[in-house]
Amino acid sequence: MNFSTPQEDYVYPGHQACPGCNAALAVRFILQVLGRNTVAVISACCWTNIGGAYPNTSLKVSSLHSLFAASAAMATGVRLGLKRQGKGETNVLVIAGDGGTFDIGLQSLSGAVERNEDFLYVCYDNEGYMNTGNQRSSATPWGAATTTTAAGNLEASIKKNILEIMAAHRIPYAATACAAFPDDLKSKVEKASRIKGSKFLHILSPCPVGWGYPTEYMVKMGRLAVDSKVFPLYEVYDGFQYNITLEPKGNPVREYLKLQNRFRYLNDDEVEWIQKNVDKEWGILTERAKIRKYIKDQDINDSVEGKYKGI
Amino acid sequence: MLARVKVIAAYPITPQTTIVEELSKFCADGRLDADFVKVESEHSAMACCIGATATGVRTFTATSSHGLLYMHEGLHWAAGARLPIVMANVNRSVGAPWSIRCDQNDSLSQRDTGWIQLYCEDNQEVMDTIVQAYKVAERVSLPCMILLEGFSLSHTTDIVEILDQELVDRYLADSQPENRLDLEDPHSFCGTCSPVPNAYFNFRYHQQKAMEEAKAVFKAADEEFHQVFGRRYGPLETYRCEEAEVVLVTSGTITSTARDTVDDLRKSGQRIGLIKIKMFRPFPSDEIAALLAPYEKVAVIDRNLSSGQGGIFAAEIKAALYNRKKRPALFGFVAGLGGMDVTPSLIEDMIRFTLENESPPADILWAA
Ligand SMILES: Cc1ncc(C[n+]2csc(CCOP(=O)(O)OP(=O)(O)O)c2C)c(N)n1
Ligand code: SF4
Repeated sequence: MNFSTPQEDYVYPGHQACPGCNAALAVRFILQVLGRNTVAVISACCWTNIGGAYPNTSLKVSSLHSLFAASAAMATGVRLGLKRQGKGETNVLVIAGDGGTFDIGLQSLSGAVERNEDFLYVCYDNEGYMNTGNQRSSATPWGAATTTTAAGNLEASIKKNILEIMAAHRIPYAATACAAFPDDLKSKVEKASRIKGSKFLHILSPCPVGWGYPTEYMVKMGRLAVDSKVFPLYEVYDGFQYNITLEPKGNPVREYLKLQNRFRYLNDDEVEWIQKNVDKEWGILTERAKIRKYIKDQDINDSVEGKYKGI
Repeated sequence: MLARVKVIAAYPITPQTTIVEELSKFCADGRLDADFVKVESEHSAMACCIGATATGVRTFTATSSHGLLYMHEGLHWAAGARLPIVMANVNRSVGAPWSIRCDQNDSLSQRDTGWIQLYCEDNQEVMDTIVQAYKVAERVSLPCMILLEGFSLSHTTDIVEILDQELVDRYLADSQPENRLDLEDPHSFCGTCSPVPNAYFNFRYHQQKAMEEAKAVFKAADEEFHQVFGRRYGPLETYRCEEAEVVLVTSGTITSTARDTVDDLRKSGQRIGLIKIKMFRPFPSDEIAALLAPYEKVAVIDRNLSSGQGGIFAAEIKAALYNRKKRPALFGFVAGLGGMDVTPSLIEDMIRFTLENESPPADILWAA
């Protein structure tokens, strides 16, 4: 894909993410697209630190750090306050982790997108509560070891499907993305920024600290997650129009799992079970995406133009 | 409405609903040009107000009891972020067990959150105080809570003089929320300061200074209000205290009953006085200590209870008097919890008890 957004950076170098952190990279790409006319609402998460400690900030845009459970509500206020002052064009961007999105923040997120508040909510998903030291969240995949799901007591429930939850709200735009695929990520941010109403991006953010991989695998980890169909890249318009944006190569899941410490406790049967589950989910997704053939391109364009909702 | 707020966040709870329902109508029929957000919880209501105020517009919300408690985290956040949010809380007791009737434990349990707290006696005072609150809050960059009692005020009608919009505009003209999220000059707000050890301490120091300043700012705003609208309240109101044998101290609606009781007793020759406390945070310690010190006996009526301690106003007044050489005996009555009536005869009982005893036999004197 030829992507031509200006490459000005709005995340300063010298931020406080760990080496090999995809969450920092993802936000850097997102802000390259959104640009300076943006206010970031930052949930309590790793980005509280990555964003810089008083009196410094690593962002070149204004940011407001928020209550862990209520980032979407705070963003609602920011959006309305700006609108009231004629600043409707300003992008309101929420940056939140999986814990702050899937768990404690779900109520306020659901409330805000149900009202179709006009913001882009970005959940960077490192599959655990990292800022407090790698505890499990409801985004932690089955079989992963964390500090609260130790070996012998591995994470025993499957990962919550946050995108389905968002799609079920029939929001104008919800998509998955990963910083390992910058063009795909940026084009989704670009699309989202043209849509009025609630936009949600679920960004898989491999984390060397929680996942236990060497930092140089930072990009490789994300690529494998997508290519093995563990984390497919797709988008959903208005809750029902699915569109897979990148055809995965179809690597075996084992390749992805074996590079990470958190899965090293799994036996072959368990790995096989994960593979089956991934195949099943992929099957469901591709079936959903077939609805696409009943929908005209015009419909999608209408969505992007905000003709359906949130005008 | 008169303060021309731009964002109202609302989540229902009895007995606050009458307020937000009216505001919803005002917004719907265009009398109020504001966004009325039907948020999904009080926690979110406060977060929404924080977000909107941070952009520099006036916001309002109202809640009560469990709603206020649910906001607790946000209350600290709003004060720490120095945002001049104004909120009405309709005082209602706190479960378990459930009760929708009134006492002050909801708001008093939030006394350390850094909000200015102003307790009101009647509906006129509520309206006037909300307008004053924006002026004070914006001047000192602190949020302000207006307290009114559930049902006694929220569900009764009262003739209220609606303030003239033009005069309110003029009254509030010199105070606008400081524009915070400046798009031209980006800054980070409320981020972490842990790596700078003295930063947090400094933030708190300045917050406390602002609280202290709020006393004088309130007095000035009240005085100016008096010039424009002809009414003033003051952080404390004294009533017929001359040569009193017992001075009653009250807050909220019990004041009205107490005032009548004082009148009756004065008629029959008993020298009883009354002090009403309106401003609870910042606490007007010096003023109250100076007022009370000359008397022999003071009876404080608390419609609240700090469990394991006693009536909260009584405890705060005791603390204010501690450094005075001469101080009165202080009788702390706990009354009216859960909306129980505090009648003139009950108040007379408290006064009689105070007159008959040299000093209080216990920290809590249960008045029922
Ligand atoms: C009400 C509340 N509970 C708990 C916390 C502690 N806390 C701060 S950050 C955090 C973890 C956030 O996890 P996540 O949202 O997944 O983001 P990550 O740290 O992984 O980036 C927690 C539990 C808090 N700040 N507020
Ligand atoms: S813990 Fe993980 S997500 Fe958090 S900053 Fe470090 S690498 Fe990034």
